[in-house]
Amino acid sequence: MDWISLSPEEWTAVRLSIRVAVVATLVGLPFGLLVALALARGRFWGHSLLNGFVLLPLILPPVVTGYVLLLLFGRRGPIGSFLAEHFGIVFSFRWTGAALACGVMGFPLMVRALRLSIEAVDPRLEEAAGTLGANRAWIFLTVTLPLIVPGIITGMILCFAKAMGEFGATITFVSNIPGETQTLPSAIYTLTQVPGGDAGALRLTIVSVIIAMLALLASELMARYANRRLEVE
Amino acid sequence: MTLTVDIRHRLGEFRLDIRFETAGGLVALLGRSGSGKTSIINTIAGLIKPDAGFVSVDDMVLVDTERQFFVSPHLRRIGYVFQEGRLFPHLTVRQNLLYGRWFAPRGAGTDFDGVVDLLGIGALLERRPARLSGGEKQRVAIGRALLAKPRLLLMDEPLASLDEARKAEILPYIEKLRDQASVPIVYVSHSISEVARLASTIVLVSEGKLAAVGPTAQIMHRLDLFPLTGRAEAGALVEASVERHDEQFGLTELRSRAGLWKLPRLDVPIGVRLRLRVRARDVMIATSPPSDLSALNVLGGLVSDIGSSHGAIVEVRLDCGGDVLIARLTRYSVQRLGLARGTRVYALIKSVALDRRSLSGPIRGISGADAAADEV
Repeated sequence: MDWISLSPEEWTAVRLSIRVAVVATLVGLPFGLLVALALARGRFWGHSLLNGFVLLPLILPPVVTGYVLLLLFGRRGPIGSFLAEHFGIVFSFRWTGAALACGVMGFPLMVRALRLSIEAVDPRLEEAAGTLGANRAWIFLTVTLPLIVPGIITGMILCFAKAMGEFGATITFVSNIPGETQTLPSAIYTLTQVPGGDAGALRLTIVSVIIAMLALLASELMARYANRRLEVE
Repeated sequence: MTLTVDIRHRLGEFRLDIRFETAGGLVALLGRSGSGKTSIINTIAGLIKPDAGFVSVDDMVLVDTERQFFVSPHLRRIGYVFQEGRLFPHLTVRQNLLYGRWFAPRGAGTDFDGVVDLLGIGALLERRPARLSGGEKQRVAIGRALLAKPRLLLMDEPLASLDEARKAEILPYIEKLRDQASVPIVYVSHSISEVARLASTIVLVSEGKLAAVGPTAQIMHRLDLFPLTGRAEAGALVEASVERHDEQFGLTELRSRAGLWKLPRLDVPIGVRLRLRVRARDVMIATSPPSDLSALNVLGGLVSDIGSSHGAIVEVRLDCGGDVLIARLTRYSVQRLGLARGTRVYALIKSVALDRRSLSGPIRGISGADAAADEV
């Protein structure tokens, strides 16, 4: 049974992957909410353009997305240099870059789930809250937000799952540095490229399956809880 | 309370162009479906921004398009009970009721226990809206609007989605609200029987325009408005007070200006004033005092108006010592009896035609077989 225990390097890849996926999901959520709200409720010039732009990473080859990130957020990229200079945030060849790549790739899935759930909220309930004296911000916090909790859960799980499996954009943007940017998929890929790496690749594959199953299970439980609270008829 | 509405608004093909002013009490916006009633109260609530016009409640201006002035719905303090309740599904009944509390002014006024008591919803507080019946939902919706301490309460056909039994369950609560809560109410309805029971003033709306406005009895007694108020349910309103109970036969006697009325026994103390709605189709006419007749209510009066009609049926208005009665007759009968303005006649009304639904006032119940069937 010795073959089943993970080596320290493999543990590092698992931990890094989880950290990258969690950060990508949590940081992406507020942006996702804003964009989903704008797409679901907003009527403005450039609506379809924003929609297409958000969906782009889903359609483009991941390598292209990774390369665009490198151009924009790399050390000499316009956004990357600005952030490094003013906020000390560096993306290139750091785990933060991996999180950014994973977040960008998971973003369309999250926005899609959030948008669907926002569109399902009955605007007449929000109208009713208005007649009771609530302003727009308060209506959002006390009516809209609680009603879209199931959509938020779904969106976060989808984004997390996508981030756990992201490979192409990550490896293009921040390469494959063990302990810094080598996530689970990159580690598995590396192991399959070296002689005698089969056992390691299989172990990490099993870990991937377990994490995916746990995430699914968690989403199922949370969605059930949320639905019971809402008692959807 | 003075409500002033003067609005012009276009919704697709539909044009709203209406102007009226009403005092307090319960104002009913009466009209057929699609006549623009809901658009009017949506404008009062601020859910519709009219193309042009002016809305004010007392001295507070809510809309004045000439001055580009528009108060947001959440700052108006106008309660709204929607047709479909619109309770928040993620909150309990108690949380729903308290939703408006954060925004309502502190201090005296509607208290939680008082409202819960008035509406009889004490047993429902911990439930969620999905677990309530239609009638319970509407009562909670009324409570929620009241607890936000509105200066005016709008009700958009709150009974429309309910069956007859649930309507009978809620009407007494709305009557209590009108009499006890001291909040002026604007009540949208297409049912003349609801309006006859509840309203102090009627605003009659037809195709986005004002057809008539005035005290309830006055509007209901105008024969020319029957096509709009609903001919089949048309009738007269009579104010009467309880004079005597006849225990032997299970009857209650009421006294109005027209004379003495006998009704199936009412559970009301002597002296109480009631409003009696006498449907035109329940009234017969005789030109001489009838004898050997089962109908207990025989009231003498003069014909004061005869409606114009080329069909089979025509309405006749009577003046019975100051009370108005309306009879729905065939044109043939009118001619046969030689009815004309000033003709002396006797109106005959079966006691059993006057059921719980035709009475409003502080009544607890009504005995007798008819009433039991009526309260199903």
